[in-house]
This record gives sequence, structure tokens and C-alpha cells, in this order.
Amino acid sequence: MTELVGAEVVIKALNDQSVDHVFGYPGGAVLPLYDELFKNNNAPQHILVRHEQGAVHAAEGYARSTGKPGVVIVTSGPGATNAITGLTDAMMDSVPIVCLTGQVPTHLIGTDAFQEADTIGITRACTKHNWLVKDPNDLARAIHEAFHVATSGRPGPVVVDIPKDIQFADAKYVPPAELKYENYKPQVKPNIANIEEAIELMGNAKRPVFYTGGGVINSGPEASHLLKELVLLTGFPVTSTLMGLGAFPSSDKNWLGMLGMHGTYEANLAMNECDLLINVGARFDDRVTGRLEAFSPLSKKIHVDIDPSSINKTVPVDVPIVADCAYALESMLMLWKSKGHKVDTKDWFDKINEWRKKNSLDFKNSTKLIKPQFAVQRLYELTKDKDVFITTEVGQHQMWAAQHYHFNEPNRWMTSGGLGTMGYGFPAAIGVQVAHPKSLVIDIAGEASILMNIQELSTAIQHKLPVKIFILNNQYMGMVRQWQELLHGGRYSHSYTHSLPDFVKLAEAYGAQGIRAEKPGELDKKIIQMIDSDLPVIFDCVVDQNENCYPMIPAGAAHNEMLLGEKEDDHEVSDEGKVLI
Amino acid sequence: MIKIKKEETESHTISILVDNEAGALARVIGLFSGRGYNIESLSVAEIDQDKHKSRITIVTNGSMMTINKIKSQLERLIPVHSVNDLTSEGPSIEREMALIKVVCSKSDKEEVIRLSEVYRAKTVDTTQDSFIFELTGNIEKINSFVDLLRPLGLEDISRTGLAAVTRGSK
Ligand SMILES: Cc1ncc(C[n+]2csc(CCOP(=O)(O)OP(=O)(O)O)c2C)c(N)n1
Ligand SMILES: [Mg+2]
Repeated sequence: MTELVGAEVVIKALNDQSVDHVFGYPGGAVLPLYDELFKNNNAPQHILVRHEQGAVHAAEGYARSTGKPGVVIVTSGPGATNAITGLTDAMMDSVPIVCLTGQVPTHLIGTDAFQEADTIGITRACTKHNWLVKDPNDLARAIHEAFHVATSGRPGPVVVDIPKDIQFADAKYVPPAELKYENYKPQVKPNIANIEEAIELMGNAKRPVFYTGGGVINSGPEASHLLKELVLLTGFPVTSTLMGLGAFPSSDKNWLGMLGMHGTYEANLAMNECDLLINVGARFDDRVTGRLEAFSPLSKKIHVDIDPSSINKTVPVDVPIVADCAYALESMLMLWKSKGHKVDTKDWFDKINEWRKKNSLDFKNSTKLIKPQFAVQRLYELTKDKDVFITTEVGQHQMWAAQHYHFNEPNRWMTSGGLGTMGYGFPAAIGVQVAHPKSLVIDIAGEASILMNIQELSTAIQHKLPVKIFILNNQYMGMVRQWQELLHGGRYSHSYTHSLPDFVKLAEAYGAQGIRAEKPGELDKKIIQMIDSDLPVIFDCVVDQNENCYPMIPAGAAHNEMLLGEKEDDHEVSDEGKVLI
Repeated sequence: MIKIKKEETESHTISILVDNEAGALARVIGLFSGRGYNIESLSVAEIDQDKHKSRITIVTNGSMMTINKIKSQLERLIPVHSVNDLTSEGPSIEREMALIKVVCSKSDKEEVIRLSEVYRAKTVDTTQDSFIFELTGNIEKINSFVDLLRPLGLEDISRTGLAAVTRGSK
């Protein structure tokens, strides 16, 4: 054990956790920590953001594109409260984040001191766990435990709240190897009896479908690899949630596309008509199930999840498998091979191919206006052979990106799924670029969302992070407008994005490059210009204002009640549906 | 018109073993308020001073699916060591203690004393016109004693919340 001061302990602990980058913003309660970042040659590289929300989203992008935890340092009070949206986002999407918050000195806690906030109380609901360090000798343990909890089991955000006096105080350092984590040992290996049951069902299925989610990606690249192998062997079709895109290659013939509210016709109909549903690392989210009573009514259900509380939460299942996806897939693969099962899926695929003919992602292109779907398609065609990472904001553009940009590898797609946080995509892209300085990183954005964290352009410039912001500018909070059109009689209450800045000038004001495209004909040339730029770029892609995102399962409807496009006149949404979000 | 659906519910006694550390109770009850579960009764005290373990006993209600959800969500909390649904796991002994103050007229006094005898309540304080009874029993017993005293001058009541352990050797 070595005697250090608290701030040194923090840096040493980060070193021992192999942290190379931290995202943060200084303030009174973390000055000793920042002093250490300044003095200490071993300190991780610090990326100064322009708002603490940006720090957490950047850490999320960093984590999701690398599989490593993202680390954040913020000050007490407003620093901590600004981080809340990011922490909640990471909680909902199971992203490993370690957030170190400064706190007023221990003797002032509870006195309403300057910049005091009850960070532990406030973050209790939006972290997997949190720690207030009141004894300097507990500091190292708390930080190591924080990394352990954030990264094991179902990943998530954690907070370590460190009072300022603790950062100055003499503190014993304990390396991670000397600690035991008695309290938190999540089950990662499946119960073999459950795997046997699952394989039995799979061997006898006539209309099976894999429904995979973010859990496959969180489990690591090996899980994606095993999934591919299992699909190849079984010949079953695969669909995925928004969070799981990339875990299975979209170029594969068994790929059905994304499922859910804006998923493909074939994916949702397969869910509706399957006789066996194999959920691997997804959580039966309401965006996916639609009306619960009508969800996949004919199927037996297998559910692989590392979080036991996800199982039977909303959808009762026949075979629960509590395990890390990679372990579960590995066991399934081995047993499937040893049993020598063969399932004839020809009839099932005949049916699926009929559904595929609906071409549910199709749209009417135009030679005058840029259709947002067309813009994403062109972006995809012009970047797909590059080393590219895509993030998004939240809205129609996010769904169009999910539908028309295709992924063949995990960790290439970062989006805010569970919380649906506008303002996520740009800072997340910054985090991705920090981890992958040579790669092409694009935030597919809406003009409303991008303004929520536009200040981070300054971060991108300072740290020479040439992130590309590709705005599908429809001058509306398009997703809100779409719902107002479908549900509220076209009363577009406050969803027009009034008084937008000139995005080209805005980019230039920050020292970035601005590009605008207004006609379909100029799109390719300008996209190439964007790709070739060494600078961060705001690409203002002026698109059709009235385009709606289809297909769509209206709120409160079932998978087989999808709307495929404008033509359909039965837009009636039930009263029960209207209350849903 | 939108109707708010109500589901069939049943009452369950959940016994939770936690580390006795700052905030452990807040995490447990925060989970109940955050996810909209009910707490009908709550008791908590340290049961192992050396190992710093506390027992939290909560009576809640919900459908069986909800009860199972509560259980697995509690198990997910880091300071929680074990969660037992005593109602589902088989016979258990459940007891609560109440202190009940009655201020009554001369004419009701006899009836109050008679009731306390029937319920085997212990008289722990008495003055010219008041009693404090101590009563131990299951929730129903205490409820019915309190109901009977209500018209006779029930003045104040303090209950401990339920304590419970499983029967037999397990
Ligand atoms: C922080 C936050 N506030 C509000 C919302 C609700 N919301 C969802 S989509 C949307 C509109 C997004 O508009 P834009 O970024 O222009 O994207 P578009 O739908 O037009 O593609 C809004 C307001 C949200 N998701 N996040
Ligand atoms: Mg828009």
C-alpha cells in the first residue's frame, strides 16, 4: 500500500483500470483532481467538453464503439445535475459509464453549501449504483468497485461522488487485484437444462425467428460471431432491435431488417406469425412489441438476458436463460451441433419472401426535392466501404438512418434507444472519434436535435476531431409533426423549427466547414466533399418537409396492423393508443 | 374515454437482507416508488452487528407477475444479499407490535378493558381517563382491535411494521 493524496489515488486507479481518455469539465469541487490531470504525466488524456451532458454522451459513444467503459469527470452541483440526462440515457441503453463527481467537503455536506447538490440522491434512480466517499481510505476501493459494477453483468452508469477534502487528504491506495467483489457477481453462464429445452424447441420449430438486441453487442464481438454461426447452422431468419443493429450482417440472406414501430414489414410479420421466438439480448421494449396482448400470439418464447429482472417483465416466456449472450450462444451452438438437428425452413422463407415483396422501406423519390431516405441511401453508398461509424440524434432522421444505412459489424452504430435523447448523437460522435481518430464518424442529425448540443462543435475543433454532422433539415421536429398529423388533426403545435441558424455560417463561426445541399443532383458531389474534409463539417441537407416515416405500427396497434405509407386511409388510432408515447 | 385498468392483486410479505450501509434503505424504497409498487408495511433493523446486515420486511401487493418483478429488481440492487417472498415460499410466522392509546369516558371504560382482555393486549400505561395498550399479532388482529376501539375513544396509534420468518427448519 502506498500513501498518496486522494486526487493521486483517483489517477492511479484510472491507470490501473487502463483508462486512456476522460471526458470532463472543471469546477471548484474537482480542482484538486484537475490539478493532478495537469501535473501527472500518467494522467489519462482529458477531453474538455462544453456542457456536462456532452461529456456523458461522448463517453457513451466512446464506450459503445470500443466495448471499454467511458469515464467522465464533472464538478459538484450544476456539473452533476447537467450530467443527469447522459446518465439516464446510459442506464436505459446499458452503457458502461464511470462518472466521477466532485462534492462539497464532507463537513459542509447537508448545509446547502455553494454548489452542493444531493448527487447520490439525485442519481440513485439513473445509475446502476453510486458511492459517496467519506473516508479517503475507501476511495480506491470505491473507484475499482465502480468499474467492476459498470462493466459486469448488464452494463450501466455508476457515480462516485468525491468530496473536495477527500481529494486533498492522505489516502491509501489499493490496486484492483487486492479487492474481492463479494456483493456483485452476476450470472454469466447459462443453466444447461434451459439450453437443452431451447434447443429442443428450436429443433422442432416450423416458423422460428431470432429477435436480437443490444445485449449481443454488449457481450462483445465474439457474441456477434457466434450469432452468425448459429444462424448459418440453423438457417433461421433474424431480426434485430434498433440497439442491436450490426450484431448480424445486414447483407446476409437471413436478415429481415429491423423490427418494431418503424421496422420492416417482413420483420414484424415474422414476429407476428412465428411459432418460436428466440430473443437474444433484447428486452421486449414497447417500441418492439406494439400492443402486448397481440404480440407474437402463436409463438413459444426463449429469452436470453443477463439481467434476470428483464425476463418475464412484460412478456411471459417459456424458456428463460439468464446468461451473457456469448456464453448462451456458445452453448446453444454446441448442443445444436451435437444433436444434429435440421429444420426445414423453406415454407417459412416462402412466406417471408412474399412479405419482402411489399418493399416496405420503399418511398417515392423526387428529382426536385431531396427525400430524406434518398439522402441516407446516398450517404450509405458513398461511405459503406470506408471505416465508418454512425451516430444519430432522435426523430425521423434516426429511423431513416436505421432503415437505410446498413451495418455488417457490431459497435458501428450508436443511437439513443431507450431514452430517445435529442442531443445524443453529436457528442456521442465526438467520443467515437476520440477512440477512433482515423475513422470516418458521422452523426445523422435533425435540425432540431443538433441545436441541443451544438456547443460541442467547439470541443471537436479544439481536439481536432473531424466529426461530420449530416443534418436532414426538414424544418420541423419531424417526428412530432408526424404524430400531430396522424393523431392530432394536423394541428402542428410548436413543432415548426422557427428561426434556425444558417448552418453553413454556424459551422464557419466555430472554425468548422459548412456545406449545404438543396437538390438531389448535387448530393453525391457534396457528400464526397464532406468525406474528404479534414475538418468537422456541418452538412445542411435540405430535405422534403412533409415526408413521413413509414412503415409504422401506430401506438397501441399490433404487428400485423402496420401502416405502409400515406395511401392508407385507416389511420384511426384507438383512445388507448393515443395515451401511449 | 380512457379507462385506467386495474389488475388483480394479492398481498405478499417480502423479506430482504441488505448491507447496513448509508442509502441501502433509500435504494429499496426508491425502487418501490420509482416503479409504482405499493408499500403496505415496512420494518427495518440491523440483525447482525458484526457483518452489518439489516433485515427489511415489506408487505406489498400486486399480481404474481408484479411480485416476481419486484423480487428480481430487488435482487439487482448491489447492497441486497437475498430476497425472499415469504408468502409464496410457504408458511411463515408474521408478527407486528402496536402501541394504542385510548382516551375514554367512564361509561366506555369497562368495554375497553373487556376488549383488551379478549385480544390479550398488555396495558402499559393507564391514567384516570386513558390507556396505552401493547398488542402483538398479525396485521389482521391489530386492525380488528383498532377498529373496535375506534368508537370508544381511540386517540393515537403507532405500529412497528411487520416482522416475519419462515416456519420450520429451513
Ligand atoms: C431531449 C428531448 N426533448 C424532446 C424530445 C421529443 N422529440 C422526439 S423527436 C423530436 C423532434 C426531433 O426533431 P429533429 O431533430 O428535427 O428530427 P426529425 O424528426 O425532424 O428528423 C422531439 C421534439 C426528445 N426525444 N428529446
Ligand atoms: Mg427536423
